[in-house]
Amino acid sequence: MTLKTQSTQETENLTVIIDETFIDDTLTENTVSDSSALTSSEQSLQPLSYRNAFMLVLKRDLTIAMRHKDDIINPLLFFVIVVTLFPLGIGPEAQTLSRIAPGIIWVAALLATLLSLDRLFKSDHLDGSLEQMLLSPHPIFILVLAKIFAHWLITGLPLILIAPLLAVLLHLDEHSYTALLLTLLLGTPVLSLLGAVGVALTVGIKKGGVLLSLLVLPLYIPVLIFATSAIDTAALGLPYSGQLAIIAALFFGSLTLAPFAVGAALKVSTN
Amino acid sequence: MNTLSKKNSTPLISAENLTCIREERLLFDELSLQINPGDIVQVEGPNGSGKTSLLRILSGLSQPYDGKIFYKEQLISRCREEFHHNLLYFGHLSGVKGEMTAEENLDFNLALHGNKTKDSLAYLAKVNLSGFEECLASHLSAGQHRRIALARLYQSNVPIWILDEPFTAIDKQGVASLERLFTLHAERGGCVILTTHQDLISIKPEQIKKITLDYSYDSAVD
Amino acid sequence: MWKWLHPYANPEVSYHFTNKLLPWLSALAAIFLSIGLVWALLFAPADYQQGHSFRIFYIHVPAASLSMGIYFAMAVAAFSSLVWQLKLADASAAAMAPVGASFTAIALITGAAWGKPMWGTWWIWDARLTSELILLFLYLGVIALHNAFEDKNLAGKAAGILTLVGVINIPIIKYSVDWWNTLHQGSTVSKLGKPSMSLDMLWPFIFCFIGFSLLVGVIICLRFRNEILARNSIRPWVRELVKNNTSQ
Repeated sequence: MTLKTQSTQETENLTVIIDETFIDDTLTENTVSDSSALTSSEQSLQPLSYRNAFMLVLKRDLTIAMRHKDDIINPLLFFVIVVTLFPLGIGPEAQTLSRIAPGIIWVAALLATLLSLDRLFKSDHLDGSLEQMLLSPHPIFILVLAKIFAHWLITGLPLILIAPLLAVLLHLDEHSYTALLLTLLLGTPVLSLLGAVGVALTVGIKKGGVLLSLLVLPLYIPVLIFATSAIDTAALGLPYSGQLAIIAALFFGSLTLAPFAVGAALKVSTN
Repeated sequence: MNTLSKKNSTPLISAENLTCIREERLLFDELSLQINPGDIVQVEGPNGSGKTSLLRILSGLSQPYDGKIFYKEQLISRCREEFHHNLLYFGHLSGVKGEMTAEENLDFNLALHGNKTKDSLAYLAKVNLSGFEECLASHLSAGQHRRIALARLYQSNVPIWILDEPFTAIDKQGVASLERLFTLHAERGGCVILTTHQDLISIKPEQIKKITLDYSYDSAVD
Repeated sequence: MWKWLHPYANPEVSYHFTNKLLPWLSALAAIFLSIGLVWALLFAPADYQQGHSFRIFYIHVPAASLSMGIYFAMAVAAFSSLVWQLKLADASAAAMAPVGASFTAIALITGAAWGKPMWGTWWIWDARLTSELILLFLYLGVIALHNAFEDKNLAGKAAGILTLVGVINIPIIKYSVDWWNTLHQGSTVSKLGKPSMSLDMLWPFIFCFIGFSLLVGVIICLRFRNEILARNSIRPWVRELVKNNTSQ
């Protein structure tokens, strides 16, 4: 192990020779000690608990995302740019803008989520780590849930953080800010969960990007309707807890059902 | 055929009447097989004959068009978690993430399959990757990626190894040491199912069972 | 499962069964449709408010309810394919999707055509029309996903999962669109829907409805037959069939 300091090529050549002997030694040792290991593998292998498996995948996905920051920043930039296009296209009158602000922010959030969905399973599918996950001795829905949660932390959460800034640009009614944040907080996880089903179905298809939007966007309609209506209602100073309750129901519904649909879809896609 | 396989009567994997159809082409039909502890099985056949499809079906990744697969005489769909707990599958793709270091990759793969991660540096050394533990995998070559993935074999004490072209991009010494590992694994009561275009040099021919896939289109029809 | 269904899980048996069923279905469809349409378009009384433009309902309403019904039938097929591994259920779902999409399109076009004299505009964001439009998107999604896969078996499974996700969402979408519509438009617009009908309007309507349902059955059977042949093209019985047909 002192060879580390040497240049790469030399290291390779030298370790080859050393490792040959190393392997032989340890292998003969293993034969003696491990001869019973295979028959009793059920005891010697400790399966991870659900929580540990969840944390393992979550930590891995977050690590990868932090080393590949473009994936976090680009959808966010897209979100900001799409929102700034509307005043340019429609005109800067504060009244018009504040009237359509909830719709613009939510539609832009849908599109930004859609844009970022691809990375949920695509690279794992291309390099083969997805099939290793499907072959792991854990229930697939745990792993899927961890990946979706990581995706939401990477894309959904930044959207929520930057949304108030865009709301200022669009002259959103000041009573609506809490409603905007609450609907985004409850609604963006639904977008990630439903979107995951679409990605899982299209991950094996070469040009799945456009298809993905065709599959996923119709499913986003209820979230869009209730979220924008909650924000509009808040602007009038009326209670909007009804709409929030419905979005929460959508969240819990998709939280329980989507991971199973994703698991089934991934099995088809990796087939 | 194999002395070890006779001792233990339950086969590790058995398959009944497997049929595989891909893109409307029949790859194999009514294929039945039984793999016992101690077997080294080499799946042979020309390109496109369905070797990879067979291995993926046996590992439970793909569903056959028809037929059943059993792990210790239980349907694998009935005992998925137990079966995958006792299975190591190694495909064309190494499953190595470029954004993580060699060590992180191996640690994740080991932990995901319920192995201990404390000796991962030693296993990387066994596949000639000492000195590269801290390198991001995206800076390593394709052969090195495969070796990161193969390092799991040295730790693994699961009985069933299904390996699709394990020798691709591996140098001669690496191949020899892998072959020794396979013999040892079989002697310990495990089984190895593999495809390769190379001949297995150091494993005695009488130790190797062969499955040949050369199903021709016309014979299927008539 | 149900024992009597078992023989129909065999593609050859169901191919021949569909073959026997088709002439009967086609004859019945022709009878019901011709009686229903002639009666509805020529003899039924005109509506006292809407005049003759009311007659488009004899096509619009059956198409709209069938478009919804076919999606549910697809969901049932997808469910039985995923749970009981019935490969033919995939074939039947694949046969249904384009038919459902066409009837959704018919419902949309007839709805718009009715809207022109009534509302003075081709399109209005009426709750029923909007739901129908979203249903069309769902159908197109299923069809596009089905076409994107090379392997028919995988295509069937993937489309099946999407159909099931869709069928859970349809009531939610429908409810949310209805709610959205009342919120934004109130009840000022007269809704596109079934008005209360007198008996001499109801009878031709029933004939039309049964006729269109039978027509859907005929088209689905034709497509189902083709799907079976396409999926079993390497099987000996299909090759026999083709040989016999070409030698005649």
